[in-house]
Amino acid sequence: MEIALNHYLILAGIVFTLGVFGIFLNRKNVIVILMSIELMLLAVNINFVAFSVYLGDMAGQVFTMFILTVAAAEAAIGLAILVVFFRNKGSIAVEDISMMKG
Amino acid sequence: MISGLAFYLFAAVLVLSALMVITAKNPVHSVLFLILAFFNAAGLFILLGAEFIATILVIVYVGAVAVLFLFVVMMLDISFADLRKGAMQYVPIGLVIGFVLLGELFLAYGAWQFAPEVEQHFAAPVVPDVTNTEALGGLLYTHYVLAFQMAGLILLVAMMGAIVLTHRTRPGVRKQKVADQFDRKIEESMEIKKVASGSGV
Repeated sequence: MEIALNHYLILAGIVFTLGVFGIFLNRKNVIVILMSIELMLLAVNINFVAFSVYLGDMAGQVFTMFILTVAAAEAAIGLAILVVFFRNKGSIAVEDISMMKG
Repeated sequence: MISGLAFYLFAAVLVLSALMVITAKNPVHSVLFLILAFFNAAGLFILLGAEFIATILVIVYVGAVAVLFLFVVMMLDISFADLRKGAMQYVPIGLVIGFVLLGELFLAYGAWQFAPEVEQHFAAPVVPDVTNTEALGGLLYTHYVLAFQMAGLILLVAMMGAIVLTHRTRPGVRKQKVADQFDRKIEESMEIKKVASGSGV
């Protein structure tokens, strides 16, 4: 039962698709949408690390570190905006957030 | 054999918990399944031999990001049942888009192969007999030191942004003003009165 690179790629593809589907399934709930984005970033990280290991090139793992950094920053800022919006409007429904535009 | 079984175990739990993240009724359960998904991804990374990324994934994602999510979900007082109302009408289009995306990804995975001259384009070939952490550290602090510093800057800006966004000044709160206290002069706060002896104030 040799695990090839394609196994990891297909797994990452499934997780990425679940993340995309989660955005449609929870399109009113911003918190779950943010979690879906984290799932998609995780799938991308699995791809990067699998390619890095099977190719023998460390650059993929370095890049994964930077993706982790950006994901952490994005989650912090996104949740901060969410908390401020909830404080002002008392709701986090996506329809209410659309009134923030221009 | 064992590593193959471990791969299928981690992969199955990862996919199932990812499914539960997006379908759970209670967002607290979603966050907990997200933590399970991150742990299984860390297990996959250890199987691949990327121990440092696996450790960082547990520390950063489970320790910081997921706990932040949990904190916000529990702090906001929202009826999540109302948020789910009418969400089912978008499931068909979501399923269509999901299956199209999955089909495209599988097509791409079935047909690709490494370029014959790929070895010449490696940015950082793996050196034998060097541990994963040592190799990553050696790269991060030499070739990628500028990008590493920029990553730190991004985190600093994100921290300052989150503080500025959520900080609020409430009216009517009396705070100690150290500068004002140091600025006080004797003339502002004291007055010397001559009191005649024996008569009182």
